[in-house]
Amino acid sequence: MSSTEIRRTALDALHRSLGATMTDFAGWDMPLRYGSERDEHVAVRTRAGLFDLSHMGEITVTGPQAAELLDHALVGNIASVGVGRARYTMICRADGGILDDLIVYRLAETEYMVVANASNAQVVLDALVERAAGFDAEVRDDRDAYALIAVQGPESPGILKSLTDADLDGLKYYAGLPGTVAGVPALIARTGYTGEDGFELFVKPEHAVELWQALTKAGEGAGLVPCGLSCRDTLRLEAGMPLYGHELSTDLTPFDAGLGRVVKFDKEGDFVGREALQQAAARSRENPPRVLVGLVAEGRRVPRAGYPVVAGGEVIGEVTSGAPSPTLGKPIAMAYVDAAHSAPGTADVGVDIRGSHEPYEVVALPFYKRQK
Amino acid sequence: MSNPQQLRYSKEHEWLSGAEDGVSTVGITEFAANALGDVVYAQLPEVGSAVTAGETCGELESTKSVSDLYSPVTGEVTEINEDVVNDPSLVNSAPFEGGWLFKVRVTEEPSDLLSADEYTAQNAG
Repeated sequence: MSSTEIRRTALDALHRSLGATMTDFAGWDMPLRYGSERDEHVAVRTRAGLFDLSHMGEITVTGPQAAELLDHALVGNIASVGVGRARYTMICRADGGILDDLIVYRLAETEYMVVANASNAQVVLDALVERAAGFDAEVRDDRDAYALIAVQGPESPGILKSLTDADLDGLKYYAGLPGTVAGVPALIARTGYTGEDGFELFVKPEHAVELWQALTKAGEGAGLVPCGLSCRDTLRLEAGMPLYGHELSTDLTPFDAGLGRVVKFDKEGDFVGREALQQAAARSRENPPRVLVGLVAEGRRVPRAGYPVVAGGEVIGEVTSGAPSPTLGKPIAMAYVDAAHSAPGTADVGVDIRGSHEPYEVVALPFYKRQK
Repeated sequence: MSNPQQLRYSKEHEWLSGAEDGVSTVGITEFAANALGDVVYAQLPEVGSAVTAGETCGELESTKSVSDLYSPVTGEVTEINEDVVNDPSLVNSAPFEGGWLFKVRVTEEPSDLLSADEYTAQNAG
């Protein structure tokens, strides 16, 4: 990314008035935490948390062939997504390498919204524009058209219900509908990145402060607190959700990342990466290189991205994300390890934490799954 | 936040109490604790070990990072705060009080320790 001016969301002044510690994230000045990140994490797991995610990159795809374009450009079966539903998917290079993971919302028969990671939004936009050649469809950069506010946690449905007439009970996980929240027009989506029930509200930037304040007030009695990116990271890590730049990269295919299920070979038409991904699928079945696993510490030292995973004095893998888990009360990590050491319960696996080999238990992902 | 007047400070954000019977208490400042975020693990120097001014003598792990702990003075460690070892969040909740880290019998002090006002000015810059 070019070192252009740092970008600020529509809620910037509000974050500062709340005393947020800010951090540079993909060129955006974003709240890292407001108080204790552990308290924010626990609030989302047990009550509710409010997030500014306006750095996420929205791209609108419209036109008679919008579905065909996305089926060609992405690895998922996008034409099969019903109007009002959403799908987790990926965009890959011709060689199968992951350019980004995405959520695609079908807003209307011929209108989709693609939500990319902030760090990859330009890459995704460029790829979609390039891949749109020959399709009767338009790709529109809507990054500045939306602010994104998420309310996540078990109390979030109750909080949101008090501010909207929309049929939230009828809104399933990975669905989205247009509505009005606190008098503000919003796309209300039941999606998130925390492992909890929750909603993501796409609104015009000029409505963001009003909506944030209404949600804050509505959530007062339920224990809703503002939450920063620090707890968002530990929440998604506990939920076993990958983060681009950590578990996902252009060096890996979806199959390498254990997410081969997002690749749909049976959809109509060709798509970018098909041939390479078919080879990757076969390789991951027959001779997987490394496997994404969970690691739970026996001690208290925290593994960090890039630390070597070791067994019998040999390096057998690498940590991709690590943090102290507030829910488990122990450090946890995701790591790519050699297949021979990837089975849950594999003995004698450790992480090299700045020179000392700390014992870790190999576990299946996720670390945390909410009770429904 | 205010930095207690009776303490002195290192540029690396440790504080040092005045000596009682030659023994001073060391901790990290509120500014440092806030910058770290929730401290989840404190590796403190061993009792009896020698520490050197400006050199690392332990580490503090927070949610997002690990940071070296520097000794503000040279001397011998006489006691560590077991309460912090058991509950590292004390470093965040009471950095100048119950969140102290270790006590040291000072043999040598560097000349560049800061007063509270100087330390506050450093962080404002």
